Amino acid sequence: MNGAGRGYAAVRVAAARPGAKSETWMWIAQRASAALLALCVLVHLATIIYAVRHGLSGEAILARTRGNGVGLAFYALYVLAIAVHAPIGLRSLLQEWLGWRSASLNWFMGAVALALFAFGLRAGWAVFAAPT
Amino acid sequence: MNMLQVSVWRGGGDGEYRSYEVPRQESQSVLDVVTYIQRNIDATLSYRFACRVGMCGACAMTVNGVARWTCRTHVAKVDQGGAIQIAPLANLPVVKDLVSDMREFFDKWARARGQFAPRATRKDAFARVASDSPGRLAADAGIECIGCGVCYASCDVVSWNPDYLGPAALNRAWTLVNDVRDGARRERLAAVAGDAGCHACHTHLSCSERCPKSIAPTASIAGLKRAVAIAAWKGEL
Repeated sequence: MNGAGRGYAAVRVAAARPGAKSETWMWIAQRASAALLALCVLVHLATIIYAVRHGLSGEAILARTRGNGVGLAFYALYVLAIAVHAPIGLRSLLQEWLGWRSASLNWFMGAVALALFAFGLRAGWAVFAAPT
Repeated sequence: MNMLQVSVWRGGGDGEYRSYEVPRQESQSVLDVVTYIQRNIDATLSYRFACRVGMCGACAMTVNGVARWTCRTHVAKVDQGGAIQIAPLANLPVVKDLVSDMREFFDKWARARGQFAPRATRKDAFARVASDSPGRLAADAGIECIGCGVCYASCDVVSWNPDYLGPAALNRAWTLVNDVRDGARRERLAAVAGDAGCHACHTHLSCSERCPKSIAPTASIAGLKRAVAIAAWKGEL
């Protein structure tokens, strides 16, 4: 391919990094979910501030969320963004601070993602389908 | 005579600091201090230098806890009440005294595909690269690296993740990614992607803060992240 000599061949072998593609997609997913979270957190905070400043009771809040499809869709998206964003960042922390780099880390992070998604969605569903 | 109290790392990785008194002089560099000790007090002191004018990158050491090029660092700028502490560069094995083993540092340049891979042959005409083209400007911003290892020794991520390629190697890769004459863009982007590559950078900016040539490896690494993401998106990684 070129005249760079023997050193070049040695480097070509080393160039194929395991996980380069998956790490890159995880990075893209984390940045994309961060952009989504920036929006979702703002809406979520505005909702909290509105509820507090208007002194809404628990029942008054449930009256607004009950059967509110837009609200459920919004929180489903919010929870999804969290379930994507948080485990990827936590994975980096565990790799660097605990030196945990085996495949078990990925399984653990998958479980964390599922748990975040399931518990978050359960909360969203609870206020959507709250009994009157 | 006005004396400087100098504490110097002696021995290998399990060595210790030893104290020396060196006459204070005007416009004295940290390298002058180390040279004085070796020539006048203890000839067994090992250290590395070559050009003495900030070109070769050989004399980088840790001065009062901060990685610096010692030939261009004035004592007056770094001494703390007439005392300085000098150690080998961090994040690298110690060979002896102030000499750190740079092997891993330069091996990582190779692992980051830091070699130019020409597309043209000697039979082709010279490439014309406009000096104001975006690629040329991006390459120019990082091209003056002297390979001193100050950024590598200052990087938190290197200390956490020994496989991390580090700021200098990634900066080198970025200059080549922007070189229109280079033909190994795809392999290079694959080589710098991932946990040991550009994606490990936390943007702490220590490399950019301490680079004696005022290069911003952080910006180069950010550029690599963008280029790798675009390549992944296009299925070219």
